[in-house]
Amino acid sequence: MGQVTAQPQLSHLRLLESESIEILREVAASFDRPVMMYSIGKDSSVLLHLARKAFYPSKIPFPLLHIDTTWKFREMIAFRDRMAEEYGFDLITHTNPDGLRDNINPFDHGSSRYTDIMKTAALRQALTAGKYDAAIGGARRDEEKSRAKERIFSHRNASHAWDPKNQRPELWRLFNTRLNPGESMRVFPISNWTELDIWTYIYAEDIPIVPLYFARPRPVVERQGTLIMVDDDRLPLAKGETPREEMVRFRTLGCYPLTGAIRSDAATLAEIIMEMQASRTSERQGRLIDSDQAGSMEKKKQEGYF
Amino acid sequence: MLRATTPALEASADTDIALWLEQQTGKSLLRFLTCGSVDDGKSTLIGRLLYDSQLILDDQLASLRNESRNRHVGEEGIDFSLLVDGLTAEREQGITIDVAYRFFSTDKRKFIVADTPGHEQYTRNMATGASNSDLALLLVDARKGLLTQTRRHSFILSLIGVKHIVLVVNKIDLVDYSQEVFETIVSDYRAFAQELGFKTLNAVPVSALRGDNIVTRSERMPWYKGEPLLPYLEAIEVSEDRAVQPLRFPVQWVNRPNLDFRGFSGTVASGVVAVGDEVLVAASRKPAVVRRVVTMDGDLDRAVAGQAVTLVLDREVDISRGDMLAHPGAVPEFSNQFQARLIWMNDEPAYPGRSYLLKIGTQLVPATITGLKFRTNVNTLEKSAAKTLELNEVGTVTVATDKPIAFDPYTENGLTGGFILIDRISNRTLGAGTIDFGLRRAQNLTYQTFDVNRQVRAQMKAQTPRIVWFTGLSGSGKSTIANLIEKRLTAEGRHAYILDGDNVRHGLNKDLGFTDTDRIENIRRVAEVAKLMADAGLIVLVSFISPFRNERRMAREIAGDIDFLEVYVDTPLEVCEARDPKGLYAKARAGQIKNFTGIDSAFEPPERADVVLNGAEHDPVELADELYGRLTG
Repeated sequence: MGQVTAQPQLSHLRLLESESIEILREVAASFDRPVMMYSIGKDSSVLLHLARKAFYPSKIPFPLLHIDTTWKFREMIAFRDRMAEEYGFDLITHTNPDGLRDNINPFDHGSSRYTDIMKTAALRQALTAGKYDAAIGGARRDEEKSRAKERIFSHRNASHAWDPKNQRPELWRLFNTRLNPGESMRVFPISNWTELDIWTYIYAEDIPIVPLYFARPRPVVERQGTLIMVDDDRLPLAKGETPREEMVRFRTLGCYPLTGAIRSDAATLAEIIMEMQASRTSERQGRLIDSDQAGSMEKKKQEGYF
Repeated sequence: MLRATTPALEASADTDIALWLEQQTGKSLLRFLTCGSVDDGKSTLIGRLLYDSQLILDDQLASLRNESRNRHVGEEGIDFSLLVDGLTAEREQGITIDVAYRFFSTDKRKFIVADTPGHEQYTRNMATGASNSDLALLLVDARKGLLTQTRRHSFILSLIGVKHIVLVVNKIDLVDYSQEVFETIVSDYRAFAQELGFKTLNAVPVSALRGDNIVTRSERMPWYKGEPLLPYLEAIEVSEDRAVQPLRFPVQWVNRPNLDFRGFSGTVASGVVAVGDEVLVAASRKPAVVRRVVTMDGDLDRAVAGQAVTLVLDREVDISRGDMLAHPGAVPEFSNQFQARLIWMNDEPAYPGRSYLLKIGTQLVPATITGLKFRTNVNTLEKSAAKTLELNEVGTVTVATDKPIAFDPYTENGLTGGFILIDRISNRTLGAGTIDFGLRRAQNLTYQTFDVNRQVRAQMKAQTPRIVWFTGLSGSGKSTIANLIEKRLTAEGRHAYILDGDNVRHGLNKDLGFTDTDRIENIRRVAEVAKLMADAGLIVLVSFISPFRNERRMAREIAGDIDFLEVYVDTPLEVCEARDPKGLYAKARAGQIKNFTGIDSAFEPPERADVVLNGAEHDPVELADELYGRLTG
């Protein structure tokens, strides 16, 4: 490597990469205590890769924060720890102690209440405790309708809430990073990437991702048309319900009881991209939390969910 | 670095994907925005483009059909606008209230679409969308023809420098696919747009709802010989080559992992920078040679516009965030005054004289609008005199920054000639500007320095010169306390002077009234006078209502290194009004005085005053004692 291409026109992916790096550097230069959300998914993997590029040869000049609900896939946690060791970044994990004490789980308390306590409230706790003034996230505008209107630098009031009607206009690449005491910013450097861009970039840059994205025989149960992987013995099984091995993979990763698998034979990156090109469903479909109520993502965001 | 060619791959899927990937990375990118009036069908058009380029997925389609019941639908039984109108609030109102970004791609091109609102009060969002777009789809309802909004949006497009326009005459099905209607609209628009400086202007008759002339040519309009919309968007060439412009490298972040490495990280805004190039720092004109162009994928020989890199120079030069590197002989302008066009985006108007923060590139400096030359009526393009700029108004202004900045005229370089203004208290983004040219006046005006300075004068008087700034409502007791303080200081052989609001308005500021603009100028002049007096060695007691936080901050900044004490005489309105020593409250209540602070003009209490005196609970003598202790203690 090392030779720059002869033609000055940069490809679409290159332009996206530069834009994201510029945003990450702007965060490091403008805020006192930035933090990067690390969800361990593919978008987070791309974000991590971009952050390493942005500051090279320096190390990433802010910590990575993982909100551990205790219900993540085991492979995700193993992958997280391996990445932290390999790249030497500063990893902070946080679990809501109240939720832990009350044993809040998706079965007894419902996905909506569980998410509120173990994700949204936990995130607020961690951001407040760390006095972080900027939290970098891997959300993309193409994921969901309410995200299409979110700014790249998205202002939050002192209680971490988003006011969609009072967003700061973002012109050119001039980001207003100014805050009053107690306020914070959520920053989304890969706002303009699509799911296909993410996969293409992972392929082109050879970025490590959690193996759960690749199809493999896994123990699953089918509930209301959704395939749930039995990742450990905490998943309550109904009478007569027995896990069976199926060739499945995941398009998004989260808490295993709330994340639907898809039947697939795509065991390599190339096969995933091919399958995705042919696929006719959107990636958030496998996420159970979005479909609880209409406009639910927008509501969660106003309350501080990423 | 992106893999351009295929490494050894075993599976055939990998070979297919390698070819396919190569095609993907070869695609160009078009960023465009859609604009037009309310109900012209922008959201429907974008929904239609997504649908026809087969980007709507099965689960989205199913929920869309569900939501489309009882709504205005096309032959497919779908209300396409539901695809793009994301937020609950705007779905309820039936209008798009904010700018939303959409992504789709065809075999030839990738598209990023900014969907911008037509509703009048959200014009600022359109300017936002335009600032990151190369082309605009301007929608017109065939039944209505050109509207005020059409003209307004065209003017903003021209102001922000969008060079390519497609006039989309929508709902042509509702005028029976009439060629005559279409041609009248197009010729009206061409006449209007003549002065706006667009490079290309194309017009297409479409029905977004029915899909006429979107992807394929409509059989219902055989008279239309041009291309349908999507093929036109796939083919049009819009990329101005930023790489051939002069080098502009704004330093974003100093990269210093250890003592052996010092690099300057940033994105090349324009031009090319190569190893061995001599570069200059725009501000200091200090030269250096580029030794390395560093990336995580290895060093490069050169970096072109759009690339984010880290430069290492051959020598120690004082460079920090906000500096700009350029080639000798092609440096940017460097000045603290310029003329610009300003789009105001805030409910509170723009005031000449008020201090704002200005961000341009990676530079952030305090700045003041020094003059409002004229306001341009965005509907008629007529110019008129103005004292303030209101929300969504456009004006031509002169701006002074506290220290010189590096910039280019906006028409020469959009990334180094565009700026935003930020409120210093609320931190909101208030406006966006495009620089016309630098003003050289300031460069010829230098400060005279004299041998006798403030220290010498202060020593003669054996006192520390300072400014004591009293703020509070009329009747709060400011002048009474200031008077007591002055008497005590004088009795002790100190030399003090009171600048009183009423007295100054009889002389120096007798040309000023009580509008917000005049109040700001009133404070600015007094702050400057106070500074001169303190510089002369005096203890200056300023007794002014000074209702706005921004101007009190400005006064403090004007004072510079002179000791500045902000004293808030905190007496509640009811108490002041009951005292009413000059009978002014009574007159204001009777409507005989306009813009009276506390009645029909705001008082913004200080958040961090140096001294707060409670005027309701203590009498002026006690308060003067307390303050005197602070001054001499």
